[in-house]
Amino acid sequence: MTLIASTRTPDTARFRHVIPAGEPYLCEVAAGQTLRLLDLEGNQAVDTLFYSARNPRERYDPQRTLRRQGKVYLSTGSVLYSNLGNPLLTIVADTCGRHDTLGGACAQESNTVRYAHDRRYMHSCRDNFLCACLHDGRLNKRDIGANINFFMNVPVTPEGGLTFEDGISAPGKYVELTAHTDVIVLISNCPQLNNPCNGWNPTPAEVLIWD
Amino acid sequence: MSTEAPAPCAPAFATLYEETVPGGGHTSFILKRGQTLRVTDLEGGANVSLMLLNAQQPSDRLNLPDTLKGQHTARLTAGHCLYSDMGRVLAAITADTCGWHDPFGGVLNAAEVAEKYGQGRYQALRNGFYRNGTDNLLVEMGKWNLDLQDLLMVVNLFSKVTVDAESRFHFVSAHSRAGDHIDLHALMDTLVILTALQHPLDPAPAYAPRPVQLAWLQPHDEGSDTACRTSRPENARAFHNTARFHL
Repeated sequence: MTLIASTRTPDTARFRHVIPAGEPYLCEVAAGQTLRLLDLEGNQAVDTLFYSARNPRERYDPQRTLRRQGKVYLSTGSVLYSNLGNPLLTIVADTCGRHDTLGGACAQESNTVRYAHDRRYMHSCRDNFLCACLHDGRLNKRDIGANINFFMNVPVTPEGGLTFEDGISAPGKYVELTAHTDVIVLISNCPQLNNPCNGWNPTPAEVLIWD
Repeated sequence: MSTEAPAPCAPAFATLYEETVPGGGHTSFILKRGQTLRVTDLEGGANVSLMLLNAQQPSDRLNLPDTLKGQHTARLTAGHCLYSDMGRVLAAITADTCGWHDPFGGVLNAAEVAEKYGQGRYQALRNGFYRNGTDNLLVEMGKWNLDLQDLLMVVNLFSKVTVDAESRFHFVSAHSRAGDHIDLHALMDTLVILTALQHPLDPAPAYAPRPVQLAWLQPHDEGSDTACRTSRPENARAFHNTARFHL
């Protein structure tokens, strides 16, 4: 696992926004701009989807992205491809080391399956995604495909097992992505309390954008 | 992982209908609740890229991340259920003779097929032209008024891709043999969309997709899905959600 730090400093960012624990966030990043997602307090899953701003039907494609890099986790150098085969963004720095794109997002309904039927009414990432999508107006449920879980650790074993491990992130870890095209960024700062993906304590995450 | 002896408690079926999908072909249909679709690799080395959607409400559709994390698996085989994003079971894998179906590889698009196999246009090859999974699935989806929004992660039946300690993918050649089959038992009316094309990570250099047979089966035993329902507590809860949908 190789960690690549960035030379960008927060004081030169053109935009900064702290997403409180458990909340959605939607913004745009223009072609050539660089987005940093910062895990402020550590072990916070940041569930993220990317769309082409010109055609929001074109979105991040996890299977193409993993296949073209030949590896199952995302890190520096990973090119995030779309469902039409176009590069949307490239990860240009990563001080965490690996990020999951197989675990998907929590939802009321999947919480009933994974944990218990009485967990249905807990807050979830899909609630966040849908709320942000419907307020924005360009996206709806059918646009919500499999997302990236930045800062989350979901190892795949050689025998075909899938496990959820303690996070490998820590306070101040970040990932940076440079956009190849204008993109919509849809984030749920994960509110999951039923497993260790947020260290049992969801915390804020920061978004920074540089020209 | 044998092709011969069926499991001792294998249910008996009435065969309702059978047809063959040629290599490169694509098709779609609604598999009715309670019926079982048997997909058989006729020659060995087949691959079928598969999508499943709730026929009544197609925005409720196969969610592979939920399917994998709910069952703590990165491969699919008998005993597993295929979950929708609404926490329901679209289909249960009630039988499987090849032991591993791949959730990672996805489908190639036209440019990726041309890059891998060379140019193979209809103008030169007529119906032997080089087809690609993205377009084949989109065409079938279009017949049901679905579109690019609905193209999600697919399962690649009959293919095995492992992940090594360095997190790299490895395609296992000659995994599926002639006669291998998988049974998908529908827990709701399920829109099935599929195409028979080589797996994107199959290193074979020539475009040579293999045919598969589809058989619509009616199990005589209503409990044919019991092993899937009871294999994990998560599956029992997903069955419960599916029953709630049918209230």
